[in-house]
Amino acid sequence: MSGRMVGVDVGGTFTDIFVLDETTGAAQVGKVPTTRPDQSGGFLNGITGQVPADLSRISVVVHGTTAGTNALLERKGARIGVITTQGMRDVLEMRRRDRSRTWGLRGDFEPVADRRDRLEVPERVLADGSIRVPVDLDAVRSAARHLLDSGCAAVAVLFANAYANPANEAAAVAAVRAVWPNPHVSASHEILPEIREYERFSTTALNAYLQPEVSGYINRLETALKSGGFDGEFMIVQSSGGVMAVETACERPVRTALSGPAAGVIAAGYIAETAGFPDVITGDMGGTSFDVSLIAQGRTQLAAQTSVDFGLTIRSPMIEITTIGAGGGSIARVDKGGLLQIGPESAGSDPGPVAYGLGNDRPTVTDANIVLGRIDPDNPIGGKLDRLDVEAARRAIDIHVGQPLALDTCAAAEAILRVANSRMAGAIRLVSIERGFDPKRFAFIPFGGGGALHACALMADVGLARAIVPRYPGVTSAMGCVIADMRQDFVQTVNAMLDLLDRDALGGFMQDHLNRGMALLDASGSTFGSRDAVFELDMAYLGQTHTVPVPIPVTIEQGAVIPPTARQIEAAFDATYEAIYGRLLPNGARRILNLRSAVIGRRPKFDLATLAPDGDVLYKPGLRNVHFGQNWFETRIYDRLSLPVGTLVPGPAILSQPDTTVLIEPGFTARVDAYGNTIIEREEN
Amino acid sequence: MTDIDPITLAVLSGRMEQIADEMDATLFRAAFNPIIAEAHDASHGIYHATTGDTLVQGKSGLPIFVGVMAFAVQAIIDKAAADGDMADGDIYAFNDAHIGGTHLSDMRLVRPYFRDGELFCYLASVGHWHDMGGAVPGNYNPAATDVFQEAFVLPPVKLVRGGVLQQDIVDILMRNTRLPLSAQGDLNGQLGALDLGVRRMDALLDEYGTDTIRSALSALSDRAETLMRAELSALPDGRWEAGDFLDNDGISPDALPIRVALEIRDDRMVLDFEGTAPRCAGPVNIALPTAVATAYVAIKHIFAGLPANSGVMRPIEVRIPDNTLLSAEFPAPTGGYTETILRMIDVIFAAMAQAAPDRVVANAYGTINALSIAGKRSDGRPWVMFSFYGGGHGGSAETDGLNHGNAPISTATIPPMEILEAAYPVMFRQWALRPDSGGAGTHRGGMGAVYEIEVLEENGAEAFLFGERGRFPPRGVAGGGDAALNAFAFEQDDGWDRPPLVSKMRGIRLKQGQAVRLETPGGGGYGPAEERSPEATARDVARGLMTEAQADADYPGWREAGA
Repeated sequence: MSGRMVGVDVGGTFTDIFVLDETTGAAQVGKVPTTRPDQSGGFLNGITGQVPADLSRISVVVHGTTAGTNALLERKGARIGVITTQGMRDVLEMRRRDRSRTWGLRGDFEPVADRRDRLEVPERVLADGSIRVPVDLDAVRSAARHLLDSGCAAVAVLFANAYANPANEAAAVAAVRAVWPNPHVSASHEILPEIREYERFSTTALNAYLQPEVSGYINRLETALKSGGFDGEFMIVQSSGGVMAVETACERPVRTALSGPAAGVIAAGYIAETAGFPDVITGDMGGTSFDVSLIAQGRTQLAAQTSVDFGLTIRSPMIEITTIGAGGGSIARVDKGGLLQIGPESAGSDPGPVAYGLGNDRPTVTDANIVLGRIDPDNPIGGKLDRLDVEAARRAIDIHVGQPLALDTCAAAEAILRVANSRMAGAIRLVSIERGFDPKRFAFIPFGGGGALHACALMADVGLARAIVPRYPGVTSAMGCVIADMRQDFVQTVNAMLDLLDRDALGGFMQDHLNRGMALLDASGSTFGSRDAVFELDMAYLGQTHTVPVPIPVTIEQGAVIPPTARQIEAAFDATYEAIYGRLLPNGARRILNLRSAVIGRRPKFDLATLAPDGDVLYKPGLRNVHFGQNWFETRIYDRLSLPVGTLVPGPAILSQPDTTVLIEPGFTARVDAYGNTIIEREEN
Repeated sequence: MTDIDPITLAVLSGRMEQIADEMDATLFRAAFNPIIAEAHDASHGIYHATTGDTLVQGKSGLPIFVGVMAFAVQAIIDKAAADGDMADGDIYAFNDAHIGGTHLSDMRLVRPYFRDGELFCYLASVGHWHDMGGAVPGNYNPAATDVFQEAFVLPPVKLVRGGVLQQDIVDILMRNTRLPLSAQGDLNGQLGALDLGVRRMDALLDEYGTDTIRSALSALSDRAETLMRAELSALPDGRWEAGDFLDNDGISPDALPIRVALEIRDDRMVLDFEGTAPRCAGPVNIALPTAVATAYVAIKHIFAGLPANSGVMRPIEVRIPDNTLLSAEFPAPTGGYTETILRMIDVIFAAMAQAAPDRVVANAYGTINALSIAGKRSDGRPWVMFSFYGGGHGGSAETDGLNHGNAPISTATIPPMEILEAAYPVMFRQWALRPDSGGAGTHRGGMGAVYEIEVLEENGAEAFLFGERGRFPPRGVAGGGDAALNAFAFEQDDGWDRPPLVSKMRGIRLKQGQAVRLETPGGGGYGPAEERSPEATARDVARGLMTEAQADADYPGWREAGA
């Protein structure tokens, strides 16, 4: 099948579209305003804007969505009920006995399920899997009816120790499904058969909380696409960076919590690897935050768990993304002790920086960039405004930063950028040095609107080798949708000493994961370049509570898993443990906690060279005064998209394109590579 | 010393905090025992070369250590001055609580950091080891009358001499713990954290130069002092008193008063603990360093935006009278120090509430409830389930208190029930919020919890409890009401029984199928109950967090208005 592949990323302000024509290899990008509250309007406008006439020419639509993220952050999920083990109705509300901030002891917490809607039923499974109290199915049915009558739109069934033996929970969830009028019934052993009740219950309850909203949204999109003539595959990006079929997304919406940012990291990794740099650190600078992620040897780093907000814990593989509150809209202020602080308070994109003239009068990072001439005040990004109010930005910087620190306007603006850059550099150090990676080996790949303004400063501060600015940094996430592989993740708690491991039981779990993963790949109707299964065991020494993920080499012959021997597992654990902690524990007993499996369908990749500029004329640049260090420099301004392959641009210079400004500071040189990326490196002395 | 510009200072402040944070993270990952790995009962920082003052401290470690580690470093400074042999590559270690504060479970490692042959600062690491010998596993011995019944005592010694680990000292330590494997893992983790701190300091000094970093460290303390003085100046001048009690010392039933007088004059504050009970027989004594560090924890909660360094304490004088249980001398037992310092924080909050009610929250649940259930399995293997339990936080000017939070001195999370059930022969019959346990108020206290734990092992088990707040409830502030008392019961052949000393007991024999039941206090209420919205009360009743009887007693009229 050939046609068009379409990636759609819906952000807070813009909906980005990336269209790849599989026949010609040509790519198109588009940006339309995001529609609220229903994002499906902008979604369709964006697609029809790029592929007019007939949607039947589209073979694949892949969507990175923030619908789930927003529903969690804004607490706009469904009213949900919980049916749980006698004595356990408060687990969701009690959390792991944490608090939101170390200091101050202020604040309370509302769980996603009201206590009135959390009902207990007689049943109890012990940790060894034995059933102490069989489940009372009459009580389950009556609880389900009660929740329905109360107005719950979804329900989560959460039983203690269901990871060890799901029989009670499975019987209960079957009884609930028999009376529940919609598919919004989540069971903890189906969502996450892993030990730790709070994490399992929370993940399952959040799945239920998101299900009506997210599945409704996806169904609306699918209906609209079909009514436009589309009959290809429609897929959703997961937080892990893999894509899943819409049916899976509707069953497991909790996996979409970080869908949008994950797609961006996938694209950045692919772009960098194609350009010849498999070790990269991505930096997505938005209005309120800077998101950093590390890719080593082409592999994204996955986190097992995250909290979207205090008490909203999701345990599901996610691309590890570290976020700090430093974005273009972050506000600069001098505190009572005389120290310049940037963020976490932000003016966001509305009202936005002072220069937008929309009501904010406190200076932001973007205002500093404007005052120093780094952003063109006459052509603001996004097209909402005609021009930027530079004078207002100067005044705000003088009043709030310059005067308290006795600095002139330019020095104050430089100070704001220096502190903001140092915070972003700190986040890059955190994801690299703290995890044992030397940043000097890594390239920095900025995307989002603002990152490319700060690339040189971050390279200098952290010592990064180079920066790669993708040709279309503003639509990186949409491009990632088209690139991502299909992926299904599974987990099963094993909880056994390696010496006493039941090899056949482990093999049985692996086989089950493999079969279910392959079935999902088959059902998607996609064609895959290849299929892979990856197995990891969470292991530790007995007595240790933090496990290490140990990759296990597993042979699969004609669809049958050959389970690893204890000796193979031991060798794999020792190698991993030694790499992380430097030394083994000679008398320690090795323990296996969980099996984690991923079944991956590799989707065909498109050739990034199709994005390369085809012109060969270097147009004469414009000129503008831009401030660097302590001086103004007359700086060349290039139209970035028209720069021919191979062009070298020494700093100081600015490369501008509709949604991004690339700043080349003095002492750096930019080069346009064969894929249209801009590679920035230090000039050799 | 060079003058440092505020922009460089802002940059360096972040860099140095990151070093301390990274040392924390290194130990949390590597530690063997869950008290460090899960509960983060550990801390790392950078300390002044001559005074030992805290210069920079990691954000994720236990709050109480922020102040107390300065005393540990001071002890090493004193020892080095007496011995005259401190050299690059040395690392000192000790757990003596009378010298370094807190209790004997906390192993402190102090490493002088040299630059160009000259002492530049100290790096230190502290972590709570699982077992340090003594009369009971885990070292919470509620009946101890001196330190020797609590744990093995290690005075400050050179564990590493010029880069060479003194294996004979390690051997002594490992022979004096019930869990040598865990202790060795934790020790390795702490050494690793210090190694990392040295590497990061080297890199920072290479990049910025010795003078700049020295200036930055001093400027950061000055800045913290300026911030603290600005906060105090904004508060009214005056003197306010508050008092509360510990249930008992675990030996005799007498209540023990803890009192404070808080005085603010201009930009200075005095906290005077005159009137506090004398040194007692049991383990609720604390050493002077612990008492001073506790004042710091309370101050940090009240002024939450201030940086974590000793500069904030310069305008504050903490007066601890001699011969009280807040200044107990060797060998007074200090194993239960957590209970005493929680009460100190409570009285500081209660006094501050009179000066500036919006600056504080009502008392939190006020006891860590160290509960241990131990026994032998049928194959003879011993097991010890040891954990701390949560309760409610106090109401504040903004919201009701948090339900089921951790103690103000800690950021520890509770182990999952399923992990405990998988590791030990127990079953939780209940793991729930405790209705009616939060104090009444405009913003009521958060709810405490109920944990009912049944023994599944056919050999039975023995339980130990070290708790508080069994006789004197967590207090409300600004007109808010008190929370429910801590309540502990254990099942025997003739029904439920309670400890004679209310909140402390050891040697409780349990048979298979018998249980213990711990009902923890909520937090105190904030503001007068009459001003609570009737809708909020009606909602609490509908949710079953409050009984109708309790609502009628605390909020008369809620039915009419809420209907």
